[in-house]
Order: sequence, then C-alpha cells, then structure tokens
Amino acid sequence: MLNMKDIMETITMIQEEHLDVRTITMGISLLDCFDNDIKVSCQKVYDKICREAEHLVKTGCDIEQLYGIPIINKRISVTPIAMLAGASGGDPVEYAKALDRAAHEVGVNFLGGYSALVQKGFAPGDRALIESIPEALAVTERVCSSVNVGSTRAGINMDAVALMGRIIREAAEKTADRQCIGAAKLVVFCNAVEDNPFMAGAFHGPGEPGTVINVGVSGPGVVRSALAKAGPDCDLTEVADIIKKTAFKVTRMGQLVGAEASKRLGVPFGIVDLSLAPTPAVGDSVAHILEAIGLSTCGSCGTTAALAMLNDAVKKGGVMASSNVGGLSGAFIPVSEDAGMIAAAEQGILTLEKLEAMTAVCSVGLDMIVIPGETPAEVISGIIADEAAIGMVNSKTTAVRLIPAIGRQEGDILDFGGLLGYGPVMKVNTASPAVMINRGGRIPAPLQSLKN
Amino acid sequence: MRAVVTVIGKDTVGILAMVSGICAGANANVEEVTQSVLQDYFAMIMIVDISKLNCEFSEFQSRMAANELGMTIHVMHEDIFNSMHRI
Repeated sequence: MLNMKDIMETITMIQEEHLDVRTITMGISLLDCFDNDIKVSCQKVYDKICREAEHLVKTGCDIEQLYGIPIINKRISVTPIAMLAGASGGDPVEYAKALDRAAHEVGVNFLGGYSALVQKGFAPGDRALIESIPEALAVTERVCSSVNVGSTRAGINMDAVALMGRIIREAAEKTADRQCIGAAKLVVFCNAVEDNPFMAGAFHGPGEPGTVINVGVSGPGVVRSALAKAGPDCDLTEVADIIKKTAFKVTRMGQLVGAEASKRLGVPFGIVDLSLAPTPAVGDSVAHILEAIGLSTCGSCGTTAALAMLNDAVKKGGVMASSNVGGLSGAFIPVSEDAGMIAAAEQGILTLEKLEAMTAVCSVGLDMIVIPGETPAEVISGIIADEAAIGMVNSKTTAVRLIPAIGRQEGDILDFGGLLGYGPVMKVNTASPAVMINRGGRIPAPLQSLKN
Repeated sequence: MRAVVTVIGKDTVGILAMVSGICAGANANVEEVTQSVLQDYFAMIMIVDISKLNCEFSEFQSRMAANELGMTIHVMHEDIFNSMHRI
C-alpha cells in the first residue's frame, strides 16, 4: 500500500528538487523516403514526420498532466540525413529546411538527425552534408546536427576531424549575431549511439525499428538533496548506495512515462536513457552533486574520482529500474547548462584540461564549452581528436560540442538563454597541432586485448 | 483507476469539507484519507477513485488547483507512486 512518507517524497522530488522527465524523443526512420529527386524526397520526409509525430506533443502533455510529472521536451530524431542526401543528390540544406518546417508543424522544440556517420570514411552524400552544416544550422531554428568521426572498431577518421574543426568555426561565424547558436546545435561524436534521445546528438540509427519512443530522465537535484540529507558523515560506500537508490526512483519515472507514451501512440518503446542531465536552474546541477560529495568546487583534485563513482552508481541504480536501458546513460557535464559548472569555470577552477579528464569516466564529453572566438580550426580539430581518442580507447561514447564565441575573448560571456544556459569563454591552449591535423588519414582501431 | 490528492497549506476551518465537496461534484469516490496538522500546517492525502468521473481528469485537477481556500493541491495518478516505490 501507499504510505504517506512515500507520497510526500515523490511530491517533494517533483515540486522542490526539479525531478522531471527531460525528454520523450520519437525516433523516425526515413529509409522509405528516398527518392532520386531531392524535392520529392524532402516532401516525403516532411509528410512522414508530420504523420508519425502528429500526436507526440499532445500525448506528452496529457501524460504530464495525468502523473503530475513535468516532461520538459518532446523531440524527434530521424535517420542520418547524409544517407538521403547520398541517394537524392542536390543541396542538403533543402532537407534541413524540410525538417525545420516539420518540427514547427508538430510542435517539437528540437529535431536531431542532420547527421553523417563517417568513422571509416566518406560515403556519397557525407561530405556534401558536412559542408552544408553551417548553412543548415544558420537558416533553421530547431534542427540539430551530429557527425560521428570515430569508433573503437573503426578508429578515427582524421580527415573528418580536420574538416569538423573548420565546420564548427563556420557554424559559429554564420550565427555570430545570434550568440553563435549554430555551434551549440552541432555535436562531433566518437562511438555515437543509435538510440540517444538527448539533443543535440540524437539521430535514429539505421539499426533501429521504423518508429520508436525513447525517454531521457533527469534529476540531479534529487540526487544532490538525498546526499545533503545523509550529511557529511557517511563513507563513500554509503554515498554510492544513496545515489543508486535515488537513480532507481528517478528511472522508474522514465520507465512509466515511456511505457505509457508508447501505449498511447501505438509505437514500440525503445529505451530509457539514464542520464543525470542538468539545467541552468538553481538546484539542478551535476557540479553541485560533486560538491555535496565533498569537493569544495567542481574541478578541484578529486573531481574525476567523484564523477566516476557518480556515473557508475547512476547506471547501477537505473539498470534495475527499467526493462531496456540505452542511449548515453550516465552523468552529463555540459558547462553552460549547469549552474555549478558555470560558477566553477568563472572562478577558473574548472578548466578545459580537467573537463577532458572528467570525460574519460562519465557519460559524454566536452559539452557546451564556450571558447575564444579566435581559436584556430586546427586547435578545435586537436580537441576533437583528443576527445575521440579517449572514447575510442575506452570503448565509450565521447563527444565535443564547442562554441567559438566569435568576437569575444576569455572572460567574456555568451548567453544562449533557456535550457542551453550561458557560459564564460574558457581558456584554450592554442599551441598549434596543425601539422598533425593536416596530415589527414586514419588513426587505426585500437587493440582490444593486452589492456593496460 | 485511482488518483492521489495531496493538500498542503495553512490550517483553517472547512478544508476537508471543501476538498470532499470538489470530489463529490466530480463523482470521485473518496476511498482513504489521512491527515495531520503540524503546528499551523495542514497536510492531507486522499486516495480517490477516478474511474467514474463525470468530467475530464484535467478539469478535476484544475478545480482542485483553483480551490477557494488557497491550499496547494496536487492530483496525480496513483501509478507514479506505485512505480517509484515498488519493485
């Protein structure tokens, strides 16, 4: 039976600790929209998205009301557009425009999948799509883009890495009058997952079913407050246990909402992504969890160890709570979207180098980091290569989402507003890796034995 | 189908009567009530059967939210509590 304590705990989590379901993302395969004529292809894409996702937003709102749990975002991910662009030829930006129109029509706030998977090389359509990304992100509002440049099995495509350094800069330059927002909608991956519900890196992988519902949960505030209640006296074994138990409860919400959405929409339920996704709201920060564990400031020595424990405990708790777990699953550390990270970066305690170390043990990578506007493309490529190498060698997903703040220097601020938050321009080591980056070619896939 | 109604606010005369009045008006049968008053604060949890509501669930929720005594009232489907606290 329900008891008063449990009921009040749930209500407190939602009302005071920002517990929410971060996103319901509908994955839609566009493999049946191929056509030799790009106009026909774009029309089919638009029609299919509008048809499949017609009731997505309404269903999300209904479930939100029934259970009293906020569902912050309703989103869509689609088959990587490079595959369609390869078949149809033409200017891929046409697809971006069709996707943006569809996103507005069905009322989702982001649509991911303006993507290419080039870990081993460029197939027809891939290069044209990548070259068109800055333009596509500048002329659309809701389309998100991602490029996978490496994997544990394929190695790292350094031609793509070199290219992406330039593309990220161009995406920022083309939107310099809008806080360089273009670069905030572009992710470079190593080991990208096919069922990620979180933006900007969501796309609907070719191995996925026709249509699917994936759910991303959240809840850093809940974990932080559970740790605060336990006080400073319990040892780290107990801390890990508290995180596990809390992650279990948070994930159950995701499972419930996902199952209900799948039933109402008549679409198979894919996965729950067990990620602690922060928002800029006070009390919804991953950095503050690390500080509740006992760091004076996120970014101090000990941060990597605390994050490794947090990330692992979240997965252990979440796995038990859901029938299918997938996506990125772990703790996110997007700097501009996390009040604690912003504060630590402003104080200069959280640096790019520390963040890189943190990405070796947590869910994704260098996320939402604002860098000086004059950072050369080769340096950005160098950062991408380092991050991809961490992912490749450790068999995990890593990503880079950097925003070159055009016309601004270290110490300035870039303010995106809303869930994307704001971030101080962080210091970047600009010693040039240009010769290595311009060599191109591929870093071969790493050995999977003799692990040390 | 059952929902959990939680009522929190400053203690005053007629809270229980008002909340059960809204339930009766919407044809929601009250199955269980627990309440406590801590100092000046009133907290009540009600479990109500909503399978025979004579209005939309959202309408029932908004009537509760707009109550005349200014109490904070949440109406949530019981499944959210069951799934969170039960394996």
